[in-house]
Amino acid sequence: MPVSKVYETSIDRLSILEPDGTFDESLGKGVIPDGDAVKLYEHIMLCRKFDEIAFKLQRSGRMGTYPENRGQEATSLGAAYALESKDWLVTCYRENAGLFWRGLPMEKILLHWMGDERGNQIDSELRVTPLAIPIGTQMLHAVGLAWAYKYQDSSSVSCTFFGDGATSEGDFHEAMNFAANLDIPTLFFCQNNGWAISVPTSIQCSADVLAQRAVAYGMKTIQVDGNDIFAVVKAVRDAAAYMRETSKPAFIEATTYRLGDHTTADDARRYRDAEEVEEWQGRDPVIRLRKYLEQRDLWNQSKQDEMEARAEKTVAEVVKNAEGIEPPVTEDMFDSMYASIPENLKTQRRTLRTSSLGQDPSQLPVRDTART
Amino acid sequence: MANLTLVQAINLALIQEMERDDRVIILGEDVGPNGGVFRVTEGLHKRFGDKRVVDSPLAESGIIGTSIGLAMGGLRPIPEIQFEGFLGPAYDQICTHAARMRTRTRGGLTVPMTLRVPVGGGIHAPELHSDSPEAIYSHNPGLKVVMPSSPYDAKGLLISAIRDPDPVIFFEPKRIYRAFREEVPEDEYTVPIGKARVVREGSEVTMISWGASVIHCMNAIEASGRDIELIDLRTINPLDYETVMTSVCKTGRAIIVHEAPLTCGIGAELSARIMESCFLQLEAPVQRVAGFDVIMPYYKLELDYLPDTERIGKAINEIVAY
Repeated sequence: MPVSKVYETSIDRLSILEPDGTFDESLGKGVIPDGDAVKLYEHIMLCRKFDEIAFKLQRSGRMGTYPENRGQEATSLGAAYALESKDWLVTCYRENAGLFWRGLPMEKILLHWMGDERGNQIDSELRVTPLAIPIGTQMLHAVGLAWAYKYQDSSSVSCTFFGDGATSEGDFHEAMNFAANLDIPTLFFCQNNGWAISVPTSIQCSADVLAQRAVAYGMKTIQVDGNDIFAVVKAVRDAAAYMRETSKPAFIEATTYRLGDHTTADDARRYRDAEEVEEWQGRDPVIRLRKYLEQRDLWNQSKQDEMEARAEKTVAEVVKNAEGIEPPVTEDMFDSMYASIPENLKTQRRTLRTSSLGQDPSQLPVRDTART
Repeated sequence: MANLTLVQAINLALIQEMERDDRVIILGEDVGPNGGVFRVTEGLHKRFGDKRVVDSPLAESGIIGTSIGLAMGGLRPIPEIQFEGFLGPAYDQICTHAARMRTRTRGGLTVPMTLRVPVGGGIHAPELHSDSPEAIYSHNPGLKVVMPSSPYDAKGLLISAIRDPDPVIFFEPKRIYRAFREEVPEDEYTVPIGKARVVREGSEVTMISWGASVIHCMNAIEASGRDIELIDLRTINPLDYETVMTSVCKTGRAIIVHEAPLTCGIGAELSARIMESCFLQLEAPVQRVAGFDVIMPYYKLELDYLPDTERIGKAINEIVAY
């Protein structure tokens, strides 16, 4: 036979909780216990409040550029919920919900966007990396981290988050290739929200679905409805079990949408149709989760009112803490450059206020002589 | 003591550190059974196995990016980039992440990684196998940059680099990989990062160099018959200004020799510092003997580009006559 098929594949899409609240019992039973479903819903609403206040802080000049998370919360939250505390979360910058679930103090994210490195000073026990601003570069770190834990015979895996745009970056492909060929248990979690700032996914990828990228690396993959937290949790849990068992990587494409602008410096109306945004507003992860809870008598309007008041109070406290921290001092910028500060840098640090050179005048013979 | 080449001294340092600390692993292109294109990792794969000497996919950014993760995860990775000309794809990971991780997390996450890279010209290699980019990585805060000029220093500096809590770029001058042998102690020892070495004392001129050029400086000094002090920086960043300034303030004359292009080279920074610290002691302008501001030529012209004994000799004559 001169022509034969050497490879064929298909990619599944998983969805459990539909936008209208329809729930697939056969797939969804036991994925999230009722008590946890309530907690997850409350957590997303808290993150919404955080987002809203962060946006206002930026608009009122109390904070720098901020990327709203609204609309995408179910992706990182579902993953953080499904993974274990020993697993690393290697994030991009729109994963507040997952980071806060893991235990990152909310003040840290505000401090980061307020231009203070202490926002990235994270307890290493939390096993989260700081927000990654360049696109796609953090995926390699996730592979290295999972590799280090595998080397030390730990069953920890890593999960790295990135968007559709990041799948065009070289580092994305290098990370996928390293993990696949060296058997590193990293979960590549793509949050495909349709837009990389103003550029649609069609310009990043001409394959029918982004998850096809994983097929090229021989990697197990699935597409999920990223606004369906049940589907996200199930997919991540299955992937984690597979990774712990085989020490191989996996890839999840979660389709979602950012309801806000890329950042506070962006105006998405310039490139997105109002109808498209409206359509996605109907698919908002919180609307369907609330329907799910209400159908089961786990939620009602009075609980909603009580929770919103609590969220408001919590976020106000977080803002107070972030704004109340002692401002950094100039010397701080020198102190963490190296484990111990080299002599030359010590001199700059010591004399930054006394010399234009940042050098110790007493050590400059020319000035000594000029004085005498 | 053993009489070793620079390659053998590096190989010995790698073996000893891997035996001492099982967090140390090597990764890169062809570093496994093949022992690296320069055979620096010869025998290590056999000795330490697949888990610790890893042939990686052919991707420089991937090698450094995963090394950053390995280091943050508690290991002491030693990635190898095959030639300095291929550092380009890894530049982003080196400067955007490795160099910044400690300070941007205020000490929360650190990258104790030793990046080994063969460097420099003079071996009739193909295009992009002969450059000297040490100034680029020294300009970028957060990295340490080291370049030995002898087997003894190579072993001691590499051990220091591997034990260093911060990212170190360890440039290996390929021209002297096998050019000569030197007595190297078999026991472990360290040469501190950030300390220059006075190779030869003298009173008339201070000559400052590093890497393979140190040999040419020595030859030029001997040919000149002058009483010249020779300093081998050994570490480019952080630079040991104290040793340099003490010497130049004593001699009043300084010649800096490096393979990298003249403009914005380390020589430029050094001469500015000398001017600041030794202005009144200077008897002549600081002289630089460097690569020209051209793309490193293919090997038919590489010896015309590289500072050699003759050009260094001219600098000696000029600075003494000034």
